[in-house]
Amino acid sequence: MTLAFHRPSSIADAAKLLAGAEDGKFLAGGMTLLPTMRQRLADPSDLVDLSSLPGLAMIERTGDGLVIGALTRHADVAGSEVVKAAVPALAALAGRIGDPQVRYRGTIGGSIANNDPAADYPAALLALDATVVTDRREIAADDFFLGTFETALETDEIVTAVRFPIPLAASYEKLRSPASRYALVGVFVARFADGVRVAVTGAGPCVFRSADIEEALASAFEPSALDRISIDASELNSDLHADADYRAHMIMVLTKRAVAAAIAGH
Amino acid sequence: MTAIGIGQAPKRKEDVRFLTGRGRYVSDIKLHNMAAAFFVRSPHAHAKIGAIDSSAALEAEGVVAVFTGADLEAAKVGGLPVGWGITGSDGEPMKEPFYPVLAVGKVRHVGDPVAVVVAETPEQAQAAADLVMVDYEPLTPVVSMLDALKPEAPLVHEDVPQNLCCDWAMGDEAAVEEARQKAAHIARIELVNNRLIGNPMEPRAAIAEYDRARDHYTLYTTSQFPHVVRFLMGGLVLNIPQHKLRVVAPDVGGGFGVKQFHYAEEAALTFIAGKLCRPVKWVSERSEGFVSDRQGRDHVTEAELMLDENGKFLGLWVSTLANMGGYLSTFGPNIPTNLYAPLLSGVYKLPAIFCNVKVVFTNTLPVDAYRGAGRPEATFVLERLVDVAAIETGIDKIEIRRRNMISKEEYPYQTPVVVEYDSGDPMACLDKAIEVADIAGFEARRTEAARRGKYRGLGLSTYVEACGLAPSRLAGQMGARGGLYESATVRVHPTSHVSVMIGTHNHGQGHETTFAQIVSEQLGVPFEDIDIVFGDTDRVQFGMGTYGSRSLVVGGAALSKAGDKVIVKGRKIAAHLLEASFEDIAFEKGEFKVAGTDRAKTFAEIAGAAYVPHDYPLETLEPGLEEQAYYDPINFTYPGGAHFCEVEIDPDSGEIELCAYTAVDDVGTIINPMIVEGQLHGGIVQGIGQALFEHGIYDEETGQLMSGSFMDYCMPRADNLPSITISPQVTACAHTPMGVKGCGECGTIGSPAAVINAVVDALKPLGITHVDMPATPNRLWAIIRNAQSTSIAAE
Repeated sequence: MTLAFHRPSSIADAAKLLAGAEDGKFLAGGMTLLPTMRQRLADPSDLVDLSSLPGLAMIERTGDGLVIGALTRHADVAGSEVVKAAVPALAALAGRIGDPQVRYRGTIGGSIANNDPAADYPAALLALDATVVTDRREIAADDFFLGTFETALETDEIVTAVRFPIPLAASYEKLRSPASRYALVGVFVARFADGVRVAVTGAGPCVFRSADIEEALASAFEPSALDRISIDASELNSDLHADADYRAHMIMVLTKRAVAAAIAGH
Repeated sequence: MTAIGIGQAPKRKEDVRFLTGRGRYVSDIKLHNMAAAFFVRSPHAHAKIGAIDSSAALEAEGVVAVFTGADLEAAKVGGLPVGWGITGSDGEPMKEPFYPVLAVGKVRHVGDPVAVVVAETPEQAQAAADLVMVDYEPLTPVVSMLDALKPEAPLVHEDVPQNLCCDWAMGDEAAVEEARQKAAHIARIELVNNRLIGNPMEPRAAIAEYDRARDHYTLYTTSQFPHVVRFLMGGLVLNIPQHKLRVVAPDVGGGFGVKQFHYAEEAALTFIAGKLCRPVKWVSERSEGFVSDRQGRDHVTEAELMLDENGKFLGLWVSTLANMGGYLSTFGPNIPTNLYAPLLSGVYKLPAIFCNVKVVFTNTLPVDAYRGAGRPEATFVLERLVDVAAIETGIDKIEIRRRNMISKEEYPYQTPVVVEYDSGDPMACLDKAIEVADIAGFEARRTEAARRGKYRGLGLSTYVEACGLAPSRLAGQMGARGGLYESATVRVHPTSHVSVMIGTHNHGQGHETTFAQIVSEQLGVPFEDIDIVFGDTDRVQFGMGTYGSRSLVVGGAALSKAGDKVIVKGRKIAAHLLEASFEDIAFEKGEFKVAGTDRAKTFAEIAGAAYVPHDYPLETLEPGLEEQAYYDPINFTYPGGAHFCEVEIDPDSGEIELCAYTAVDDVGTIINPMIVEGQLHGGIVQGIGQALFEHGIYDEETGQLMSGSFMDYCMPRADNLPSITISPQVTACAHTPMGVKGCGECGTIGSPAAVINAVVDALKPLGITHVDMPATPNRLWAIIRNAQSTSIAAE
């Protein structure tokens, strides 16, 4: 089996190369795709490497928000003074993705396009009400993450940036799998002037928001507001490291911790 | 250029090449015209093998040949041998079913090799392996040992009824029954010793080569004991005469037991190299290692400890099911029997012990020795039981141990389970550990943790181990089919540089440094002038290899004996040169002296003269300065110690933090304190891995390995660990030449019980008396929740 490798220098060329390939894949940081290929679980005909596309590795504070280019690596988000000042919880989240090697290769665009059910970034995008900017449109985070490894992206659509509003307070807490260090449960809590958004990753087939938790925290943004809420375990994942009951319980434990940390941080 | 002797801590010689990336491992070796092999492995835990169609694979690009079990059977290749036979309590020898190199008729575990594809490149071999069509007829697998022993259970081997390899026992059942009658209290426990997967840093690899001109084979392999591989494979599997077979184990990246067996891949490659007359290489991938390396532990145990009204131990009864997996591996049946039951007395006076072990076949990977091998399992049973007894009798856990400990004056101490401890001072270890770990301050630490909402627990484990494997006479009585001596040759070159050929194998233990220190101390030769040669059957005389904390104890003793012989020879040469009688020559500080005079020859002068024998009395003195010694120990050695562990558990989440770990170990005389500390650190961390993280899990229905990669099999990592405090306590071994006892396995033996005892102590307020390993957050949370709901229901 031969593999065609392309490194286009424009977004238009990249999209065209992929559209023309028999079974092509975009390559960003490669932190999921390359191990999958090594395990012979993926065997694409073409790899379209996005690393030479100009202007996609950037971080910028705008009037009302924060823009992070799709090819920005986790380590750069984690270390960015701009991100730390605007949304410190986002910098902290990036600083705890995977291990140092992953953080120096993996990109925000690659992570959200892959939409691993245990990835960290999807929780941040959903809770922060971010907007995914692509080469052809803008997609609200609420409409972007559709299911396990499934997003609203077209096959040849390229994420160019993510636009985040600035919350009043936010925090991300996770329980890592002891083995893989992926989130068994991760909870991102973001408080805005007009309400609270809470997104949960790792626990279900896809990142999701909890309306019960959001309503309770909108009325009182403190851990004790959550005392009477419990999460239905029936839709949650069970595996060697955490059964569904434990995940349901840990969603509440971590949400309380995140609320406490968000209060303490502001 | 100075002598660096016993007790000093020079940096490790071998680290220069390892840290600069210049180690030479099997996978670094490239031979001319070398082909690559890939093993086709069973995806089923239990299945009949029908037709195997290799035609498509043979037509694939680069493919040279495909071999199956039938090819080996036709060539009368033997089965993989077992090095240790055990006998049941009914006098019946263990069931020892044929273990084919490539499966014939049936596969018995996921990963069982059924065919080998040889191609020009590894990628071609792997791609073609997908084209080998094996017609499997799946059978119901036997996964759990409890199921395997049921009358209706499917049979892993048709000739082994009820999947029972051996019903084995040690000790005096009647005496234990008597103790039961007299007991004021009986503490009882049921526990599982979780299956472990060793995962040395370097995966296994092998290259086989056949020299047609000399009719000679060479096997390069990642082995802890190349001579034993040569003996077993040449003598029993492939029928290659020993002088026509060379086995080389070059730099090896960690073993932990995983590499101390003769594996199917070694025999298959050597066979194939002979058939094809070209070198063939195989390098295991990590994921392949999960389903082809031997695994460890896997016991299910019930045990009872009988005590009198004062908390004195009267007797111990243990009943264990031990998993062998699908086949008997090289030492498999010996580990849960002869390396387990004799350790059940621990550091205690335990007048009556009885241990029954049912050794069971299942459709899982074969189980064999893994660092500690039987002894961590025994320690875990005993030390968990002592803690249960302490809780139930209300006697403090330290006090109950003191009341039963063997005192220093009582050594040598004969246990009721074969072994006689030659030396030790467990009370001193415990006292020192109490001080170093600041046990007096623990209650304050517990109170402070409680203020933060955390349960803090203190765990203690004492232990003793039998290592320095092994006195051949005793091993023979226990069923060993070989001896367990060790050998060393000290070759003093004319320039007085020294090469030491030793039968042990260094794969991380620092032997090149430790052994050089021994020679430097003994002969006064500069540390830098000594090289340790190992791992090549053509360069080194027969030796038994490295495992069972034996290298320094047995190999070091052989080395010291060979050094003694060099000194004797040197004295003879000096006597001639100095015109004195042999009896008047003394060897001190690197010089041969005529007693009572200032006439002397340096070691270097004697070395030179040994090879320039111009006026030698040749009828009484041979030229040369090279001596060899074999050493067979008269007893096991018995390192021991006391470990304290402190943990904190968040009752809301089950998350656990290791807060402190203190180890006071008595490993006898210490040659290099830095290396000993490193060995203890590594061993303790492996034990912590078993207690908190690692678990080889098979699906009960299908026999598939669920924890088959590092995504699911959790190795301990630096951020899981506290800074470990090591504080040795030394009592010299009474019978080894330097008083050494061995330190390779201590940490692994003492730590699982210390950690779990701490976990149980933390949860004591909830009435919890046992937690199985690994104590993961999910498991702890479930236990805490159940205990809380039970106590609420009781109110």
